[in-house]
Amino acid sequence: MAEPIVTYQDVHKSFGDVEVLKGIDLDIYPAEKVAVIGPSGSGKTTIIRLLMTLEQPTAGDIIVDGRNLWKMEKNGKWVHANENHLRSIRGDIGMVFQHFNLFPHMTILENCMTAPIHVKNEEKNDVKKRSIEMLERVGLGDKLDNYPSQLSGGQKQRVAMARALVMRPKIMLFDEVTSALDPELVGEVLNVIRDIAENDDMAMVLVTHEMDFALDIADKVLFLDEGVIAEQGTASEVIEHSENPRVQSFLQRFRG
Amino acid sequence: MNLNYWSWDTFFDALPVILQGLGITIGLTFASYLFALIFGFLWTFLRRIPNRFVHFIVTWTMEFIRSTPPLVQLFFIYYALPVIPYIGISLHPFACAVLGLGIHFSTYIGEIYRSGIENVDKGQWEASTALNISTWDKWRKIILPQAIPPTIPMLGNYFIIMFKEVPLASTIGVAGIMLLARSYGAENWSYLEPLTIVGIIFLVLSYPSAVLIKKLENRFNKRFHKNQIMKDKGAMQ
Ligand SMILES: Nc1ncnc2c1ncn2[C@@H]1O[C@H](COP(=O)(O)OP(=O)(O)OP(=O)(O)O)[C@@H](O)[C@H]1O
Ligand SMILES: [Mg+2]
Repeated sequence: MAEPIVTYQDVHKSFGDVEVLKGIDLDIYPAEKVAVIGPSGSGKTTIIRLLMTLEQPTAGDIIVDGRNLWKMEKNGKWVHANENHLRSIRGDIGMVFQHFNLFPHMTILENCMTAPIHVKNEEKNDVKKRSIEMLERVGLGDKLDNYPSQLSGGQKQRVAMARALVMRPKIMLFDEVTSALDPELVGEVLNVIRDIAENDDMAMVLVTHEMDFALDIADKVLFLDEGVIAEQGTASEVIEHSENPRVQSFLQRFRG
Repeated sequence: MNLNYWSWDTFFDALPVILQGLGITIGLTFASYLFALIFGFLWTFLRRIPNRFVHFIVTWTMEFIRSTPPLVQLFFIYYALPVIPYIGISLHPFACAVLGLGIHFSTYIGEIYRSGIENVDKGQWEASTALNISTWDKWRKIILPQAIPPTIPMLGNYFIIMFKEVPLASTIGVAGIMLLARSYGAENWSYLEPLTIVGIIFLVLSYPSAVLIKKLENRFNKRFHKNQIMKDKGAMQ
């Protein structure tokens, strides 16, 4: 197998006195689709926020494409990463949030175009073309000049995905992207994710409560429990055939 | 009844004299307001420096400036500052007034900016980070365009409040309408008419400004909620 694109090495995270992640070891391979499941408060969101540089680990290393995310070498010594270092790696990573976080003062086309233009200094016309293609791909080609407040939740989340995809990340993170949606809007968002999963060769990490969906698209499933990866394997191994009583009781609550 | 304490002759004699100071009064208002708007940003960003010591110093400096009367600050800048060795500089009264009023009100303006910035959803910062937007562009393209517009009405109110504080500058010799009225009064032994004129000028200028700001506010509210309104329209169709 190829080299992993992301490696977590004994990663710990505490908020104050509370240790939320207690030693995470994890490899994510290029194009791999990883689903993260587990009870509320088990640290699922925190795991991907560390990779998106929205939180700093308390201990341990995260390696992205061969480079240490949170540490850099300076005069032969390892020091804490500065913003420049973070920015040079962050470009490989994209994230879609539970609450969309679209920019309300911009049209959805502008939402998609802002970052490529300012971050990557790309030609405006190229960016525009690519943004429109991406918005068409998520089924919003007719809404380019609308503002986020004019869209439904499902539409907003599809814009958020297009916005992240326009940046061409190598790794996409999804944090329960359907859980703020009305039930009838979940399907359209999952379909877009499925489309990306099947046709793009990005690695994807999905924090999700949609077990059937995870079973369907994930190459690997992590069951997180109280800050540790309690179970890890193929989707079928973890979701269908786990012997772990914690996993079973967690899944039972879903199946009702 | 004999209104011998009021003379229309004096009134019309004083009016043109006092109006000569109007340009300075209005100019001082705009100059100190502009200064306060810019300096307000400085406070806002200084306060965001993640260092306990800096934060402490900045917070208490702001508190100090805000709890001292602007008159005292003007006197300090005009009379006391030049006497301090090495750092002391003696400035033109107009410059002193811009500095004094500008700094005093910049602390309030800074607070307004701060509240505007704090009202921007935390998710906006996170989305900007996730898109790898630089710190500079984050402020310029994402945060400030959302933080500032809602504060415009409050900023407008401070413009009127500052306008009404500008007569303080007469005490250090800025020849606006207030100083001209006082010297007219002193020369002619009659303060009633000139000061009445000053009052009328302030009324005539403040009231329309307030109306204008109210209009601006309404227009702005409409624009800011445009998306919402358009959405409602969409729903009706
Ligand atoms: N910024 C923070 N400050 C303090 N505690 C935090 C912070 N962020 C998360 N936590 C705590 O860390 C723990 C793990 O949070 P996390 O959001 O990663 O859980 P999760 O598995 O995503 O849960 P959920 O399914 O509810 O989203 C929780 O107990 C949470 O309260
Ligand atoms: Mg979560």
